[in-house]
Amino acid sequence: MSDAGGIQRIPMAKAINLGLRRSMERDNKVLLMGEDIGKLGGVFRVTDGLQKDFGTTRVVDTPLAESGIIGTAIGLALAGYRPVCEIQFDGFIFPAYDQITTQLAKLHYRSRGALELPVVIRVPFGGGIGAVEHHSESPEALFAHTAGLRVVSPANPADAFTMIQQAIASPDPVLFLEPKARYWDKAEVDVTAGDQALDLGGVGGLHTARVVRPGTDVTIAAYGPTVATAMAAAGVAEQEGHSVEVLDLRSISPIDFDTIADSVRRTGRLVVAHEAPVFFGAGAEIAARISEQCFYSLEAPVLRVGGFHAPYPVANIEEDYLPNLDRVLHAVDAVLAH
Amino acid sequence: MEFGVIQSDTQGETPHVGTQDDDLIQLLTITGERVHQQTYSPLVEHLDRAALEGLYRDMVLVRRFDTEATALQRHGELGLWPQCLGQEAAQIGSGRALAAQDHVFPSYREHGVGWTRGLDLRKVLHQFRGEDHGGWDPADHNFSLYTLVIGSHALHATGYAMGVQRDGDVGTGNPERDRAVVAYFGDGATSQGDVSEAMVFAAVNDAPVVFFCQNNQWAISEPTERQSRVPLYRRGSGFGIPAVRVDGNDVLACYAVTREALERARSGGGPTFIEAVTYRMGAHTTSDDPTRYRSRAEEDYWRTRDPIDRLKLHLVAEGTAPEFFTALDEEAEAFGEQIRDYCRSIPKAAPSRIFEHVYAAEHSLVEAERAWFDEYEAGFATEGAQR
Repeated sequence: MSDAGGIQRIPMAKAINLGLRRSMERDNKVLLMGEDIGKLGGVFRVTDGLQKDFGTTRVVDTPLAESGIIGTAIGLALAGYRPVCEIQFDGFIFPAYDQITTQLAKLHYRSRGALELPVVIRVPFGGGIGAVEHHSESPEALFAHTAGLRVVSPANPADAFTMIQQAIASPDPVLFLEPKARYWDKAEVDVTAGDQALDLGGVGGLHTARVVRPGTDVTIAAYGPTVATAMAAAGVAEQEGHSVEVLDLRSISPIDFDTIADSVRRTGRLVVAHEAPVFFGAGAEIAARISEQCFYSLEAPVLRVGGFHAPYPVANIEEDYLPNLDRVLHAVDAVLAH
Repeated sequence: MEFGVIQSDTQGETPHVGTQDDDLIQLLTITGERVHQQTYSPLVEHLDRAALEGLYRDMVLVRRFDTEATALQRHGELGLWPQCLGQEAAQIGSGRALAAQDHVFPSYREHGVGWTRGLDLRKVLHQFRGEDHGGWDPADHNFSLYTLVIGSHALHATGYAMGVQRDGDVGTGNPERDRAVVAYFGDGATSQGDVSEAMVFAAVNDAPVVFFCQNNQWAISEPTERQSRVPLYRRGSGFGIPAVRVDGNDVLACYAVTREALERARSGGGPTFIEAVTYRMGAHTTSDDPTRYRSRAEEDYWRTRDPIDRLKLHLVAEGTAPEFFTALDEEAEAFGEQIRDYCRSIPKAAPSRIFEHVYAAEHSLVEAERAWFDEYEAGFATEGAQR
């Protein structure tokens, strides 16, 4: 792939594909496993062409059994491999929930550091593509609540390319949430920039948030599919004379609270937007922490925009469920009204 | 058939075996006589009397450990104890068939298997005393930590075996290199989806893994009949996995069938399912009360099939001197004392352990909470100093 050279304008799905390829070239212990990821290239074609180039022992079409995928990935990791599992859709991760939360997340702790579990679980997540039930969910809070797991979500192709490589290099298990509604969004990616910084912390590290649009009046914190919505809202707000700062959190466990607090100390107002239900969601944690840390800087209560405490609705009304442009702007207006 | 040991009509009341006995592999009867079996007898021919005495010693010492740990729990020194009483032959027989490079994924009562791996059994006490979630490094003896979520580790074993395949350590013909993996679980675990998924993955990948099911007749209070309508070993055929049913109280038969399965796995022949028909003579754990769900007659029936007594009868008949048994009794008593002393000496975990090894790399939330806790603790120290 590096022969193509330099900066390419590619969609996120392709960027992840190239990141996987780069990781597999770098380390022959990296292997992919999941349903339909081989000849088909995955239902979203994220693994397209990889089995052809790396063979069936490194790109493994598994039986249709999610617990089996994660459970055998744990065994492979214990044997020294770095499995990257694909769960086909967010709503299908639950058959593997036990293996992820009682085994994968805890074996390092239980063994007092003797075992490492460098397993990545890629999950196309979130809504907005008109899918049937179990194909549009945002289960990140359940996993962020589980100590031992890391949870991240890229919002653009360049980050997706880098973050997947960082996740694979991580010594800890990482839930890698791919915003499926953004799979086809194109942007420039430097696919030949030397080996990406594989750090977890530090500038550009896997768990650092990023100011993707500076502003002075309100901060919107978002991740994954909602970052683009927040950017659109900031654009509209600007026309109305409001300067909105947008943060792409990138990581949900851990959360880079320092970047959020810095921003809130400057803007005095915070809106958190995500697709997952607001109740017990990532926004609840962020609102609580920022209230603790930035109480005297806040000009208004932290507001959250997200899903309702209801199952993900049928596709024809999902636009009413998702934190769309209007609902984000509504929250921005509300915090500015204080 | 010649190995029809478990006769349902011998004791009046039908004992809880829940299965037909036609296919049960046995090499040593309950009265200690050797049985010839075409496939498996050759696999134990090399075991001379000294080797059999060694297996006997293993079983006696493991039982002594187990009864001591049970007593320690009764004295409040352990929070809980899962006994392996009655399952010594299944564990020692299969464990002694393993090569050093094979890897074991146990459930939580595989003390006998741990013993055969060279694990210092005292380390097992750490977990049940509430001072550790494990107690040993799996790499030291190729013996993983105990797994409390039933059947989960059958998948870990299968994945590990897939790693062994990828390492090229299967079918090389080099006995120092070829490796196999064994997952130990009980009859109740066979109802878990993970065990079925493990057999699916193992079968389609020809993974070098042996599923060693100790059918001890009871999953807490649920008999095997509540897990399966057919003998458990028959599950193998549905997955395309060779399966064998063995008398789990016959240490020689357990050794032989495991050896055969391991050789198949190491040579690239894929997985095997073994059902070892045995009996959990104690409770499920020390929190359990088996008198609520099983009969005295059933326990008496199985007591006559005690795996240790059976081998003793054989050894006596073969001429093992009484001094051997006397010396072993003394060794076991001293071993029990060691265990007791050690248990009480296990240091209390420091509170800072809460924050250690949650992640392999730094995680800001853990660091922040650790810093908060340290400051909180330091506050008490200052208060104390001021008083």
